[in-house]
Amino acid sequence: MSELTGAQVPADGLAPLPTVVIGGYLGAGKTTLVNHLLRHAGGRRIAVLVNDFGEVDIDADLIVGQDGEVLSLAGGCVCCSFGSDLVGTLMALPERSPTPEVVLIELSGVALPAAVVRSARLVPGIDVVGTLVVLDAADVARQAADRYVGDTVRQQLADADLLLLNKTDLVDAAALPALRHALQALAPRAAWLPGAVAELPVELVLGWRHDPASDATGHDGPGTAAASVAAFASRPIAPTAGPAATKRAEAVFATRHAPLPTGTDLAALGRALVQPGLGVLRAKALAVDAAGQGQLLQVVGARWRVTPSRVAGPGRLVVIGLRGTVDGPGFGVQGLQFGADPQG
Amino acid sequence: MTTTTVFSARKIITMNPSRPEATHVAVREGRVLGVGGLADLAGWGPHTLDERFAGQVLMPGLVEAHSHLMAGTLWRYVYCGYFDATDPNGKVWPGLKTLDAVVAALAAVAARDPLGTDPIVGWGFDPIYFGERRCNRADLDRVSDIRAVGVMHASGHILNANTLGLRKAGFLRSGIDHPGIPLGDDGLPTGELKGPEAMMPALGHVGLDRSFLSGDEVGIRDFAKLCVRAGVTTATDLAATLGDDELRTLIRVAGEDCYPVRIVPLLRMIGMKPSDAVERSVALMARSTERVRLGRIKVVADGSIQGFSARLRWPGYHNGAPNGLWYTAPEAMREVYTLALRAGVQVQTHTNGDEATEAALDCLEAALRVSPARDHRFVLQHCQLADAAQYRRMAALGLCVNLFANHHFYWGDQHYATTVGPDRAERMNACRTAMDSGVPFAIHSDAPITPIGPLFSAWCAVNRLTASGRVLGDHERIGVADALRAITLGAAITMKLDSEIGSIECGKRADFCVLEDDPTTAAPESLKDLRIWGTVQGGRAFAAG
Repeated sequence: MSELTGAQVPADGLAPLPTVVIGGYLGAGKTTLVNHLLRHAGGRRIAVLVNDFGEVDIDADLIVGQDGEVLSLAGGCVCCSFGSDLVGTLMALPERSPTPEVVLIELSGVALPAAVVRSARLVPGIDVVGTLVVLDAADVARQAADRYVGDTVRQQLADADLLLLNKTDLVDAAALPALRHALQALAPRAAWLPGAVAELPVELVLGWRHDPASDATGHDGPGTAAASVAAFASRPIAPTAGPAATKRAEAVFATRHAPLPTGTDLAALGRALVQPGLGVLRAKALAVDAAGQGQLLQVVGARWRVTPSRVAGPGRLVVIGLRGTVDGPGFGVQGLQFGADPQG
Repeated sequence: MTTTTVFSARKIITMNPSRPEATHVAVREGRVLGVGGLADLAGWGPHTLDERFAGQVLMPGLVEAHSHLMAGTLWRYVYCGYFDATDPNGKVWPGLKTLDAVVAALAAVAARDPLGTDPIVGWGFDPIYFGERRCNRADLDRVSDIRAVGVMHASGHILNANTLGLRKAGFLRSGIDHPGIPLGDDGLPTGELKGPEAMMPALGHVGLDRSFLSGDEVGIRDFAKLCVRAGVTTATDLAATLGDDELRTLIRVAGEDCYPVRIVPLLRMIGMKPSDAVERSVALMARSTERVRLGRIKVVADGSIQGFSARLRWPGYHNGAPNGLWYTAPEAMREVYTLALRAGVQVQTHTNGDEATEAALDCLEAALRVSPARDHRFVLQHCQLADAAQYRRMAALGLCVNLFANHHFYWGDQHYATTVGPDRAERMNACRTAMDSGVPFAIHSDAPITPIGPLFSAWCAVNRLTASGRVLGDHERIGVADALRAITLGAAITMKLDSEIGSIECGKRADFCVLEDDPTTAAPESLKDLRIWGTVQGGRAFAAG
């Protein structure tokens, strides 16, 4: 667990652009995940950065146009090919109109996520919140032991904050616990995202949607309990998963909320939320600190970071975790009063 | 009415074993009609006797099987290399032996236009010869503090910028944490930008636009001048993107009557699916012209040895650096091989480290089981660290190899001391083992990484001397005749063009390297210094101006 540094609030006061790196070996399902996230963007303007369009199969019905290195996607999203210049492509993102709200960097199958994270952090205003590594359940054990790419795959695991074991339907269910155990040893820092790609709540990757219109009412960011539960079932642009997958997601994940008093130490809260066993996969908190400065806490897996932020309304925390842990009686953070999860 | 020209020469080295030497060659329609004495050619009817080469030696036009058009593009910038180099117009630029000399050369350009605001760009910089001292932004601020200054290293993997260049690139700030951007005591970048992630965002700000990466029109022409000067009549552009505009420009310029080189561009498979690369290559093949030959694929398996990004087998890097990087996943290599074998498309794979070579061998072996193919002649490019067992597999699988002979001279000492250590440094670029194993082979410059010059490459393969004068790997030396074959017919074989070029014999293209000196009688250590008059390409004479 570590505190991330290097986030910068640009001088012009623009909020940092949250960025998630998506890695994993060939065939793991990275593009399937990206398509799922685009389809359930819930109004977020996502910029997907890929090495090259040719390697990525963005679902054709999501594509509305192409202009050179940029594909225009449904819902104001874009897909940019960065070729060999990731940093330059990231630098150009804030100039896009409309400005993206969240960035996904989809890596090639042999790329090492940590190296990409270091490069992305060269860009002022890019806030890398974490690395999600997608694994092919049926093949990852072989890949991690492969004589040629084994060290690459193991490094990808070691770089992960969140792991998504995909294609579990191809594996004998009885073998999964042992596989997870073996992989966890290679990814000591990472938290598991259970379930299939199609069932994944997009907030786990994309974070909670910032709604500027709600600033005035003090309900931006994590929002109300009801709103964030609604976000679990955010209306897809063109549904592929259907209500059944939403139902399954609700059976797997739960959210919790707590108000935060002014003066809350978000760094201490971050440290508390990443304690192993607590079951928190992603969390976001907004509060005014003791010095009167608004702060934003983001938690992804075992990583957390605090950055200055505008805070409208009362301080608050929202958490997504595994049902059975974060909604159980044993869940809690000292000094906080968690509200009930309405679905619980 | 077709005309026949008979060129006389002091000697013609044909590379055709049935008539290795001759005095006359008859040329019609840009092709060789016959070779022999003047009397042997009389039966072809009336001819014009052209005696301009009566005092010279002709050999087959030299073939550079691993170069980049970028070699012609860079000469518009300031040459900052350590060794003397000749520009496309024949001007010799002396090697710059100290950092101060590099700064002075750049400053002289800045001084020519005191009111200028354009960036000042240098290339070919190789500070490993300057000891431990690294070039920093203060050094380049001495060139100019009101114009951005950027200096590209010879390896192409590092860029030095001055303070203004860093500021324009957005890197002049504290808090940067990146392995490719070293920081000074003041917490600000020193000015070295290492690796593509750090370099790419700065290139435009220091004046290196996209055209330097591929050939623009001026670059295509300048590349040809460098070729003529080196005796080269066929050269590859080994990692082209082949965009529509770029390809149209190349086909137009190379199609001009006065264009002296046959260009063989390979489509680099980067950011495209293997199936797309093969499909595109098949389509490109149909657009080939006499002087632009399309339809081959380049795959890059790993990085470079001196950059510690090549994939090495046990025991890895001599200095303990961690293993390098895969640039293409082995699965993707296997897939492109399988599809390309089926489609009859040649694939050439960059493998610097021996683990990358091993992966390429495994992938091709697997692909051949699925797509059996005779005479595919896939090529391993660089293939610098391969051992004898790997050469035996190459022979069995029908592979060719193109070895980086020049590398030995420029960086052999660093390989011996640091990267791979003595044992493996001595077996690098193993021409002798390739020959003994029956693997068709060529040798190359990788221009602009080292200057294009097949006779220099031949000198390297024959003598295996490093810059410090060490004979590195005596056993892997080859004879002059073998080296001359490697830069003509050997290279043509690896390009599957040996039915057209590589030797002077009936039916082939009339492509000649015209020499003042005879390489077959010259001392082996003088090969690199032989004087080149120019070339004949497709029967057209081009003097190195």
